[in-house]
Amino acid sequence: MKYVDEYRREPEARRCLELIHRTVKKPHTVMEICGGQTHTLIRSGIDRMLPKQVTLVHGPGCPVCVTPLEMIDRAIAIAARPEATMTSFGDMLRVPGSVTDLLAVKSQGGDVRVVYSPLDAVKLARAQPQRQVVFFAVGFETTAPANAMAVWQAAQLGLENFSILCSHVLVPPAMEAILASPDNRVTGFLAAGHVCTVMGYKEYEPIAEKHRVPIVVTGFEPLDLLQGLHMVLAALEEGRRGVENQYSRSVRREGNVPAQELMARVFEVSDRQWRGIGCIPRSGLKLRPDFARFDAELRFAGLDIAVKESPLCIAGAILRGLKKPSECEQFGKGCSPEKPLGAPMVSAEGACAAYYRFGREDEP
Amino acid sequence: MSPEGKADLAAGARCPIPISDYPAVLLAHGGGGRLTQMLIERFFLPEFDNPALRTLHDGALLEIGGARVAFSTDSFVVHPLFFPGGDIGSLAVHGTVNDLAMCGARPAALSAGFILEEGLPLEDLWRVTRSMKEAAAAAGVPIVTGDTKVVDRGKGDGLFINTAGIGLVLPGIDIAPRRAAAGDAVILSGTIADHGVAILSVREGLEFETPLQSDSAPLAGLVERLLQVGGNQVHVLRDPTRGGVASSLNEIAAQARLGVRLDERAIPVREEVRGACEFLGLDPLYVANEGKCLVIVAPQAAAAVLAAMRAHPLGRESAIIGELVERHPGKVVLRSGIGGTRIVDMLSGEQLPRIC
Repeated sequence: MKYVDEYRREPEARRCLELIHRTVKKPHTVMEICGGQTHTLIRSGIDRMLPKQVTLVHGPGCPVCVTPLEMIDRAIAIAARPEATMTSFGDMLRVPGSVTDLLAVKSQGGDVRVVYSPLDAVKLARAQPQRQVVFFAVGFETTAPANAMAVWQAAQLGLENFSILCSHVLVPPAMEAILASPDNRVTGFLAAGHVCTVMGYKEYEPIAEKHRVPIVVTGFEPLDLLQGLHMVLAALEEGRRGVENQYSRSVRREGNVPAQELMARVFEVSDRQWRGIGCIPRSGLKLRPDFARFDAELRFAGLDIAVKESPLCIAGAILRGLKKPSECEQFGKGCSPEKPLGAPMVSAEGACAAYYRFGREDEP
Repeated sequence: MSPEGKADLAAGARCPIPISDYPAVLLAHGGGGRLTQMLIERFFLPEFDNPALRTLHDGALLEIGGARVAFSTDSFVVHPLFFPGGDIGSLAVHGTVNDLAMCGARPAALSAGFILEEGLPLEDLWRVTRSMKEAAAAAGVPIVTGDTKVVDRGKGDGLFINTAGIGLVLPGIDIAPRRAAAGDAVILSGTIADHGVAILSVREGLEFETPLQSDSAPLAGLVERLLQVGGNQVHVLRDPTRGGVASSLNEIAAQARLGVRLDERAIPVREEVRGACEFLGLDPLYVANEGKCLVIVAPQAAAAVLAAMRAHPLGRESAIIGELVERHPGKVVLRSGIGGTRIVDMLSGEQLPRIC
């Protein structure tokens, strides 16, 4: 397949691995930000092909994983209302709230639907004027433009039965929080290529400067990741910092300006709660006052929910790269994809689920 | 990963969650993955327990009056009723014909049970009936008995069909997971994920440049041909329907207490299907097929069986995709396109499309 096969070829992968092995002399800890990257690394077995000195830690870039428990409970509460149709990307349906999940609500008659785009939720709202259609707007800067577009379209159409449950998060504040933590181990980053397709990488330059780390904007195919790893490891070996762009076929320094403009029109930066991490100042997006009428939290009463996480789940340490999933006592015992204690075990992009699903064998 | 990590993983594969954790049936209970397996293992198997059921094959093998009879049943609830490459009627015929073929049997007769929802256009039922007639004729098997029930509007999804079938096991053939041996080749009869992706693309209104077609087809002819060539050297046959190739191979690995090693690059996937799967965030290994079979065959017969399959119109794209090994019993390990390895696990629930 064009634009895919080129980035999955074994001879090129071997060459890139040889380069990495030749480059690395010292120990380094590299974090890939995005859950999609975590999965490619583990799916293709790259993590096991790297030099021993390289430790990969998996970042907070799984939107399902970092969506706070109370937000899931709000979605579940909305889905259980007879007048509401809850729409969501597929992954969110299996994420456990404090008592149940959206799939279980659906089995009990709740109107829960998987959509592939928030614009499909707008379409649904137009087609069913008698129902309140809510879209569960989660994700990083990657999904924000489409969600902004959905709200903007709903405003243009004068829809009164569409709203979003907004739990948008931003990458740079999370990176800052990880780097500022006293127990931080991360010495270099692979930045998330698709986030940077939207946002560009200007905003990473001050972070690289301030914390003296190399950051390489990286794609999602096996060869992208190998090349990104080579770039960040070479920079670490040479003591260089700054931002480099591996994913140049998709990312420009300034990013997708019209998308950014639309986001800025609909959303504003706000403090945001991250599951497993806590509140990070100015790390999320919320609807601007002009669009607040599309905020599901304001439209529906009774969503004032406060909950406690399972004390057994170490998702916070995993999302900050302090622990590996296999270092969790519950991994595979009290926590599995059938019965997840925390979100990283649920999402296809969660680090724990990746470790569980693509678990390891002794011999290559 | 730590040694503890590995032990945990094995424990996770063996220990299903208590069924009471979900007080009601979820769609995932019918998804062919772990939850389906749990229903079978905790409800049906212990309650109905008998030697024929215990083999957990696509059909039961019975000795009746000295004859070796294969007996199988399957229900069809596909939505939409008509899809590119088939409809619920042809699918219902192919499904049971294929289950019988996977027992090494030549299908002899089918039954058909219809559950009709009040309001179903008779024109639709007529089209489905015609389609079943044609599919049965093409598979060379008569539909000899049936039943019709109608439920109130809103109590069904237009039309559900159950088919059951019997067939005689071909002489000298013994298909059973316990016969699988280390060194056996794993042959796949063609491209994977065609059916699941075709259904999904219609259901979700996704349009691709190349229209996607279900692979729904009767496999009895292909199987009979490969059994003529491979005979008793063919150890296991399985049609990877819901849950896909990954789930079928996991079942075989568990039942045979052997490992399976796959080569990702050898697994045929149509370009447009791969594209759709990439786009939807689905892994083709877990997507349903309705006209493909997996053949586990002794290594010395593999080349001849493969050649025979490739000479058949329904097996032109057959390929050896892996082998059975002593190591990692019960697990399926895949060599990735760039030379890494990973475990291909049983799916927990349904595959859910990704966020981004």
